[in-house]
Amino acid sequence: MPAEVVNPQLGWNPVRDLSEVLEYHFMVNALLAGSIVAITAGLVGWLMVLRREAFAGHTLSMMAFPGASGAALLGIPAAWGYFGFCGAAALAIGRFTSGERRSWSEQSAGIGAVQALALATGFLFLSLYGGVLGDLENLLFGTFLGVSDGQVLVLLAVAVATLAVLGIVARPLLFASVDGQVAQARGVRVRMLSTAFLLLLGLTVAATSQVTGVLLVFALLVTPAATAQAITARPALGLVLTVALGLLVVWLGLGIAYFSVYPAGFFIATISFAIYVAVRVALGVLPGRSADRAAGLTPPPAPPAPSPPAPVPPVPARGVIA
Amino acid sequence: MRNALLAGTFIALACGVSGWFVVLRGQVFAGDALSHVAFPGALAAVAAGIDERVGLFAATVTVGAGIGAFGRGAFARGGARMSGAVPVDDTAIGTVFTFILGLGVFFLTLFSTSSGGGSGIQAAHTLFGSIFGLGQGEALLATAVALATVLLTLVIARPLLFASVAPDVAGARGVPTRLLAVGFVALLGVVAAEATQAVGALLLLGLLAAPAAAAHRVAKSPFAGIALAGLFAVAAVWGGLALAYAVPQLPPSTAIVGLAVGGYYVSTIVT
Repeated sequence: MPAEVVNPQLGWNPVRDLSEVLEYHFMVNALLAGSIVAITAGLVGWLMVLRREAFAGHTLSMMAFPGASGAALLGIPAAWGYFGFCGAAALAIGRFTSGERRSWSEQSAGIGAVQALALATGFLFLSLYGGVLGDLENLLFGTFLGVSDGQVLVLLAVAVATLAVLGIVARPLLFASVDGQVAQARGVRVRMLSTAFLLLLGLTVAATSQVTGVLLVFALLVTPAATAQAITARPALGLVLTVALGLLVVWLGLGIAYFSVYPAGFFIATISFAIYVAVRVALGVLPGRSADRAAGLTPPPAPPAPSPPAPVPPVPARGVIA
Repeated sequence: MRNALLAGTFIALACGVSGWFVVLRGQVFAGDALSHVAFPGALAAVAAGIDERVGLFAATVTVGAGIGAFGRGAFARGGARMSGAVPVDDTAIGTVFTFILGLGVFFLTLFSTSSGGGSGIQAAHTLFGSIFGLGQGEALLATAVALATVLLTLVIARPLLFASVAPDVAGARGVPTRLLAVGFVALLGVVAAEATQAVGALLLLGLLAAPAAAAHRVAKSPFAGIALAGLFAVAAVWGGLALAYAVPQLPPSTAIVGLAVGGYYVSTIVT
């Protein structure tokens, strides 16, 4: 694109390129915000994948739309509306999915109903507001490269709060997630924990989407965690691996995005997906997998049959498949 | 208005009928993912310069078939551990569709840098659709596609029901469970593509999940449930359209989804 006259070029000297990237304040902020979000999303996402609540997480990320349009209607900052709607939706999902014994199929229907209703509400707000949501595109695709100092501080505060609560409830939550019935019999308050976790998830999703955009929250929330859980079932190792993968993906994605005209979210989603596929293929866990990719999704790194070492990025833990 | 009523009725019927199976099989997330996949598909088609409907259908049907194909593999693995109570493919769905959304972002950038302007509006149109904006031809097409999917669903209803409730037994009795799983999600892909471009992804989810979930609570026998799900969905569309006509400030999508979810909520209280 000839429009980008000041487009930075990738040179031959990686050290010089790196120092050039770090000279810009906005890049430093983006890296800080990305790292904070990668750590939080990794830890919470690992539990989410373990609890099979990906659909709930996705629904929470969709709350950005009613949140932003409601905030526009009331004239308050969009982030407030987002956090507010995320909290309300977490409570609603908790109400719809726990309760008397609900089957899995009805849980997913309940979550779908919550999401549809919330989007419909957002649509109503938007038409009442009558205008165009100025930052809809930013909301959907993220504003990586325009992160201010204040936003970094807010993200840091949210992350510290989330991780503190998570640290307090970690052990009973893990117990309840792995075996809910036994945990309940042992006196763990499973219902309260699951609602609390949904609230934490809402907070994390809202924070993550500030960086990746609403549509690509899962690139940091689900994909690294799914990769880690494919490699190891041990909680401690899995959490460390998830965070490491998340950080790697964010740094690489931001670095590449700096030298290109395309949005960072795209690179982050693609890199994390490529790692996931590579690990899956290398482990040979899911035979149907490669057929599926050949069917529809064009580009990723055509993995040459199950020859483990070649394309796989550093995955040190191959020996510890539990 | 007549177009909206015509297309809305049959799309609702298709969503209700296939939605009953979607809820039974716990695949609401898959349906949701398909409706999101429609957006990169349409964008890719626009970027490549072909009719956006081609990309829409191609994307949803391929991804649907993919989810069906490896979702069953996951189901079979989980079957030994947890007797199939929880399908284990939701993580895989989330991973795959995030990547496809990433591609969508890429195409959107490609598209907006090459032609400039209008792309945001296009995206918003695909995301939210507009039931009142349908032309005569579009409404007829939507009706035909919806009718075809309803008929197809009814044709495979019996073996699909068997395969959904007791996959192992059905497999042992010679029912092609794998083919059914793939075929059903591909069918769902067609419904998603049609509903998305006619009435928007938002309405699709509301009509897929809520009426069917209500029908599952109310009706005990499968075929009564299927009929009831279709009925609830159609009722929600008619009521919603009437309501939106009476109250101009209310967008029709909001009214329809509100009625559908309200109906489900009532059914959870009553039963």
